[in-house]
Amino acid sequence: MENDKLVIAGHEFNSRFILGSGKYSMKLIEAAVKDAGAEMITLSVRRANTKEHENILDYIPKNVTLLPNTSGARNADEAVRIARLARELGCGNFVKIEIMRDTKYLLPDNSETIKATETLAKEGFAVLPYMYPDLNAARDLVSAGAAAVMPLASPIGSNKGLATKDFIQILIDEIDLPIIVDAGIGRPSQACEAMEMGCAAVMANTALATAGDLPLMAAAFKQAIEAGRKAYLARPGRVLTRGGSSSDPLTGFLRD
Amino acid sequence: MENQFFVDSETLSEKALEKKHRLENDPSVRADFTKYMEGMEVIESDVCDNVMSHMESYDYSKYTALDVEAALRHENCTIEDFKALLSPAAEPFLEQMAQKARLETAKHFGNTVYLFTPLYIANYCENYCVYCGFNCYNQIKRMKLSIEQIEHEMKVIADSGMEEILILTGESRAQSDVHYIGEACKLARKYFRMVGLEVYPVNTEEYKYLHKCGADYVTVFQETYDKTKYETLHLLGHKRVWRYRFDTQERALRGGMRGVAFSALLGLSDFRKDALASALHVYFLQRKFPQAEMSLSCPRLRPIINNDKISPLDVHEKQLCQILCAYRIFLPYVGITVSTRESAEFRNGIVKIAATKVSAGVSTGIGDHESKYTGKQEGECGDEQFEINDTRSLEKMYGDITGEGLQPVLNDYLYV
Amino acid sequence: MVKINGKPLETAGKTVEEYLASAGYDKARIVVELNEVIIPKESYADTVLKDGDAVEIVAFMGGG
Repeated sequence: MENDKLVIAGHEFNSRFILGSGKYSMKLIEAAVKDAGAEMITLSVRRANTKEHENILDYIPKNVTLLPNTSGARNADEAVRIARLARELGCGNFVKIEIMRDTKYLLPDNSETIKATETLAKEGFAVLPYMYPDLNAARDLVSAGAAAVMPLASPIGSNKGLATKDFIQILIDEIDLPIIVDAGIGRPSQACEAMEMGCAAVMANTALATAGDLPLMAAAFKQAIEAGRKAYLARPGRVLTRGGSSSDPLTGFLRD
Repeated sequence: MENQFFVDSETLSEKALEKKHRLENDPSVRADFTKYMEGMEVIESDVCDNVMSHMESYDYSKYTALDVEAALRHENCTIEDFKALLSPAAEPFLEQMAQKARLETAKHFGNTVYLFTPLYIANYCENYCVYCGFNCYNQIKRMKLSIEQIEHEMKVIADSGMEEILILTGESRAQSDVHYIGEACKLARKYFRMVGLEVYPVNTEEYKYLHKCGADYVTVFQETYDKTKYETLHLLGHKRVWRYRFDTQERALRGGMRGVAFSALLGLSDFRKDALASALHVYFLQRKFPQAEMSLSCPRLRPIINNDKISPLDVHEKQLCQILCAYRIFLPYVGITVSTRESAEFRNGIVKIAATKVSAGVSTGIGDHESKYTGKQEGECGDEQFEINDTRSLEKMYGDITGEGLQPVLNDYLYV
Repeated sequence: MVKINGKPLETAGKTVEEYLASAGYDKARIVVELNEVIIPKESYADTVLKDGDAVEIVAFMGGG
C-alpha cells in the first residue's frame, strides 16, 4: 500500500484524486486542493482578462501538477492549438484532451481525440485523452501514444455516476494504461465504486462545485477514493446469492 | 519417476549411433539453443518477456483454498486468480471449476463443438526431439506424399463429410519445403472450407505466402516453456532455437493469418508452469492482436513407435481436466482443442465442460486414410507420429456429440 | 485595425510588448498568439502589429 503509486508518463503520484477547478471561486481552490489531498488539478485555457488581477496559479500550491484541458476545442486541430498554448504557459507537458462536437450532451468525439492524441504525443506531451468508453477507440489511443485513458462515467456535469460501468470495466481489463474516470461522478460513493473496479484514479469537478460545503466534499471524495483503492487491492470477498446451482456432476468420467 | 526417452535402433550406423549418444550425454556438443540459425527472422516483441516473468516467479505451492474460492467467485478471472486455479490447492474444487467452466463455454460458444481432422502429408524430420515418433533417429517408415497422393487423401477425407482440415508435416524444410506445403494448401482449399497448418515454424513472409495459398490458421506447439528442460529434449535441428519457436504465432499473425493455436506438451516439464505459460502466451498476444482467433490444445505425452513406455507422468486425467477448466475460466473466448491422444470417454466428458474442438477420423500416419476409412489397402504408407487413443470416425463422433445434447459443427467460417 | 481577443483595436504599429504593457497584462502569466502562431516571450519587443493581424492572449482559468 505504501508503494502504491499512480504513475502517469513517468511521474509518480500518491493521490488518485484529480481535482477540477471549474465553476467555483479561486479562493476555494487552496482549501479544495488541501482537503482533497490532490496532486493534480485541471485548468482550462481562456482569453486573458486584464481587469482581473488575480491569477488562478497564485492559488494552486507549487507541488501540484497542472493538467490543462483543451475544452472549447471542437476538432483535433483546435485541441492541438490549445495544447500548444497551454504548454507555452510554462507549466509542464501534461494535457487533457477534451474535444466536443456536440453542445447538447457535451459528449467527446473519440475519432478527433485519437488524431489529436497522436499529434501531441509525437510533440512530447503527456496526453490524457477524455473519451467515450469504447474499447476500439481506447486501443487506438494506446497506439497513438496516450499516457492514460479517461473514459466518462456519465455526461459531463451530470453527477449521474457510473452509467457506463460495464464498458469502463472492459477498458480496465484490456488496456495497459491507467484508466481514469472523468466526468459524471457526482458522489463519493460512486468514486469509491470506480476505484473498487480497478480504475487508477478519479477526476471530479462539478460534484464539488455544486456541493453545499466544497472543502468538506473534497475531503469526502479523498476518503472514498482511498477506500476504493484499498478495497481493490484487498480483492473483494464473496457475495452470497440465494439458492445454489445443483446439477449432475460434470467430472464423474475422470479416471485416476 | 522420469520417462526414458533414448532408444537406439539397430539400423543406425556406428558413426550415427556415436553422434546420437554424444548429443544425448554431452550438452557441449549440442548447438547453442539461444542462437538463431541462418534464415530465421528476428522480430521485436515484448510478449515473451511478459510470459516468462510470470512463469519464472510462479510458486503454485503458496496458493490456498481461500485463493481458489476467491478466484471462483470473481466475475473476471485475473492472472492471479488463474494461478490459483492451476495450483494444487484447486484440485479439491474440480467439480466447481467444471461448473463455472461450463457456464463460460456456453456463454461464448453455446453448445457447439467443432470437428476437424488432421492430414499428415510427410513424416521426414530433421529434429531430434527425444519424445517424438518422427524424430530423425527413430527407425520408422518415412514418406512424403506426392501432390496426386495428397489430392487422393483429401478426396477420401472430404467424402466422409469433413469440412475443416489441418495439414501436418514432419519438420524438414529439405523434404517438405514451403512451396510444397503451399501446393497442399491450394489443393485443400478445393476440398475444404477451412485449412489449418501445423508445420515447422517459418518467417513472416512465408506465412504471407501460405496464407495466399489458402491456409489461415497456424498451430505450433512450444512443447515446454521451460528453456532449461527444452534444451535437453530437442537435441538437434532448427527446433532447438526455443525463442524462434516462441515468436511463431506472432509472425503468423503479422503474416495475415486469421488465427493461431498454442500448446505445451504436458508431461515434459512442470505441467502447472507450462499450462500457465501457454495461457499467458495467448493472453498477451491477444492484447496485441485483438482481432486474431486463438486456441489452446492440451496434448499429453503418448507412446511412440519403438518406445511404448512414454507416459504423461503426473498429468493424470484429473490434472488435465483442472488445466482445461482453468484455461476456460481465464480465457473464456479461446477455442480449446482436445486431440485423439485422449480416450473417447474423456473427450465426451470434456466437450460438455470446456473443449470446443475435437478431431475425428484421425490417422497420424502418412497416406493411410483410405485403408483406415474403407479398409481398402493400397500402396505404401508412412509410420505414425504417436499412438492415438480415440479412433472414432467422423460419423461416429458426430452421432456421439449429438447424443450428449451438443451441436456438432463442421464449419461456420466464411472466407472473404 | 488589429483584432485582439476578438475585439478590433487601433494598435497597428505598436509592438506586442508595448501593447501588453499599455493594457496591463502580466507577461509571466499569458501566452500570445499572432495569426495562430505562438510568439515567444523574447520576441515581444520586436514583433510589430500590422493592420489585419489577429492576436489571441490567453491564460489559465478554472476548468474541469
